[in-house]
Amino acid sequence: MSFRPYLGKASAVIGYVLQTACITHCIIEYVGDFVLCTGPSMEPTLETNNILFTEHITPRLQRLRRGDIITAKCPTDPKQNICKRITGLPGDKVKGYFPRGSQVVPRGHVWLEGDNSDNSKDSRMYGPVPQGLIRGRVVCRVWPLNKMSLLTEH
Amino acid sequence: MLFRSLFKSLLFGVPIGVTFLDSVGYVARVEGISMQPVLNPESQNKDYVFLSRWSVSDYQVNRGDIISLVSPKNPNQMIIKRVVALEGDVVSTLGYKNKYVRVPEGYCWVEGDHTGHTLDSNTFGPVSLGLISAKALYIVWPPDRWQSLEAKLPENRKPISLAV
Repeated sequence: MSFRPYLGKASAVIGYVLQTACITHCIIEYVGDFVLCTGPSMEPTLETNNILFTEHITPRLQRLRRGDIITAKCPTDPKQNICKRITGLPGDKVKGYFPRGSQVVPRGHVWLEGDNSDNSKDSRMYGPVPQGLIRGRVVCRVWPLNKMSLLTEH
Repeated sequence: MLFRSLFKSLLFGVPIGVTFLDSVGYVARVEGISMQPVLNPESQNKDYVFLSRWSVSDYQVNRGDIISLVSPKNPNQMIIKRVVALEGDVVSTLGYKNKYVRVPEGYCWVEGDHTGHTLDSNTFGPVSLGLISAKALYIVWPPDRWQSLEAKLPENRKPISLAV
């Protein structure tokens, strides 16, 4: 009974699996991925249980614009993600962060708001969000299939 | 011929290397004097530290840890500071707009050891845990500075009240 050929085949399979996992990691981290969004805060633009395609290139290159829909780590819980629209870039004047009436978005931060103003926990509650928390920019909706659409109009 | 084998090796090695650096850790040079005397005690010779990404994969940091994080003022810059307080703690600040700050949920308070020469939470306030990138575990270069970095808090910077 010789194990040699099996050892060779086993390590080849492990090698392929490892390689695929690493390539997948790199794509998800640096190119883009699919995201399932739940919650009412972006209605009517996005509905709960929509699957979106987000790209991770423009946030890294600092080419985000006012009006982009982005996904980010939640400022109050790093294990959760939020999906909101950028309504203020650094230097913009925004209103509605308790307790102040209006404020200027500081350097390195953005102001996020959900399209569903009445039902959205966003910068109006937790203040300006550091750009370092932004993960990706929403490009289009891919599910449900009959609602597939580009989401780049502002 | 040579190109093809070079290309193949790159295609093979780059994703594995990048995944390793992102998931396990990497070595980085420390710039600046904000963490003196622990890091960069002589401004001439810069310390190189091993930053562990693995240790912060679930955002469990302890008071006294030295961590690297994305600067809240500039998302392209990484800064290295010590965690002084966690969510629920109350800190007495040095030069912040409020004398006492209760660290909100999901945030932490970071400070550089070299008081007076550091841009830290005393300037930009509590830092969201999501900005934490890695934990500095060891100084790996130069060889005479080899040491393990302890998680200890300077006595005078302990929070005045700890979360229960």
